Amino acid sequence: MAILAVEGLHKSYGALQVLRGVSFAIERGECYGLLGPNGAGKTTTLRLCLGHSEPDAGKLQLRGLPVPAMAREARVRVGVVPQMDNLDPDFTVEENLRVYGRYFGLQDSVVRARIPQLLDFAGLAGRAGASIQELSGGMKRRLTLARSLVNDPEVIFMDEPTTGLDPQARHLIWERMRTLLGEGRTILLTTHFMEEAERLCSRLAIMDTGRVIAEGSPRQLVAQHIEPQVVEVYGDGVEHWTRAQASHLADRVELTGETAFCYASNPAPLLATLEAQAALRYLHRHANLEDVFLKLTGRDLRE
Amino acid sequence: MKSGHFALPALSPRFIPVWRRNLLVWRKLAIPSILGNFADPLIYMLGLGYGLGALLPEVGGVPYISFLAAGTVCFSTMNSATFEALYSGFSRMHVQRTWEAIMNAPLTLDDVAFAELLWAASKSFLSGLAILIVIWVLGLSSSFLSLWILAVVPLIGLAFAALAMAFMALARSYDFFMYYFTLVVTPMAMLCGVFFPISQLPGPLQSFASVLPLTHATALVRPLMMGEIPAAPVINVLVLLAYALAGFYAAVILFRRRFLD
Repeated sequence: MAILAVEGLHKSYGALQVLRGVSFAIERGECYGLLGPNGAGKTTTLRLCLGHSEPDAGKLQLRGLPVPAMAREARVRVGVVPQMDNLDPDFTVEENLRVYGRYFGLQDSVVRARIPQLLDFAGLAGRAGASIQELSGGMKRRLTLARSLVNDPEVIFMDEPTTGLDPQARHLIWERMRTLLGEGRTILLTTHFMEEAERLCSRLAIMDTGRVIAEGSPRQLVAQHIEPQVVEVYGDGVEHWTRAQASHLADRVELTGETAFCYASNPAPLLATLEAQAALRYLHRHANLEDVFLKLTGRDLRE
Repeated sequence: MKSGHFALPALSPRFIPVWRRNLLVWRKLAIPSILGNFADPLIYMLGLGYGLGALLPEVGGVPYISFLAAGTVCFSTMNSATFEALYSGFSRMHVQRTWEAIMNAPLTLDDVAFAELLWAASKSFLSGLAILIVIWVLGLSSSFLSLWILAVVPLIGLAFAALAMAFMALARSYDFFMYYFTLVVTPMAMLCGVFFPISQLPGPLQSFASVLPLTHATALVRPLMMGEIPAAPVINVLVLLAYALAGFYAAVILFRRRFLD
């Protein structure tokens, strides 16, 4: 049975329809990604899943319990890594974990016994007495991750967990997420990093304007929605070259700004013409999730 | 605003860890906090009480400092509850996003609001108690009836914490709280018998003062301090209780609008 099942969610704020029939189901042990441009409805979906807001229509079950009716009971074994850090700035690292454990009804002795292990996991061993102000951005994120594990959660909601982190810190978080998945925990991940989703998610949903517009494994999505090869071309005269050559030789071309994205099953003819164009520079690569995302949600800015 | 927002607050013992969280923060800053509890109101009470009091005949049948002592207990409790519920409460709710973190655990908004109410009232109890101790030590009150003030102060704290919370629920920034001080706290300090008897006010202002919560606080505390039984203790208690309950209910509705919509 799905550990999180979402069916036909609708939600409006005033005249603004934020969700227009969102459905998906996450199996135990899965890392499921929610991707989408700003305003697609990801954060609202998470809020509804946690029971922080009531859907106008639709059904939600978390850990087999109806939400929001039994959201409190469901959250007993749920962890949350919010988009913005909300650690307690007045407390030390250790106090943050101990006090957070109390909210779940855990005895101090139980949490105290678990703290060394949690700090170890977060790469914060020996920092128990440090104040929050002393921590770097990456350390705060890791402490937030450790805090979300204080109640031994079955499901962890991670809302853009690596936004603003340097590559080292990001890789450490990814490694820890894999460890958690290996322990059989379930992760619901929202992210703007396609690379992150491609690495971690067994399945993902791409959302736009309040709907799920595509769902599947990263590989399936690339295979289904996009030509397998991409040639990115830029330099003086790229527009002329695109009109004269690429539009015939590629299956699909998108010209944005100074760059032509040429999608093709067989890029050999394209590459051959590029050899003769000294003014043009190019990059030949496999299609990836970002190409799918941009194709499905468009290249226009969302604000 | 939805009809669901008007449901009565549903409380559970889960609020206790939130109250304890605030206590732990307070303990870290306890010394300056306790010093503030004593020093500020004490300076007012002694400065005005002895300085201004020397120029005055007896007020309400007692030396001015004794008159002012009862007012200071009430005023100081009101101030402490108000500051905690407005500024510190807003920091936790909005600036630090502490409430959001807590509500990801098995707590509801109602639990958090109730913990905040009790916490602000608890903190104001310490302020009231600090003044009371000074009053007893200085011998400004020597009646055993004044022990009853220990039961009245928490009620004053609850009433003003609840009112301030309802206002705080509407705030977008700290600047907003100036309105509350200008429109609510300062008028009450002047109209409700803290510094001078309400009978000094013109008739219409007296009627207005009679519905304000601080009037009912001073009406309870002053006689108890003098060793007398208040004239209408049941009404005073009921009015303070009504402000506490109505204020808390309004606060919960406004918090729901803020967080759940």
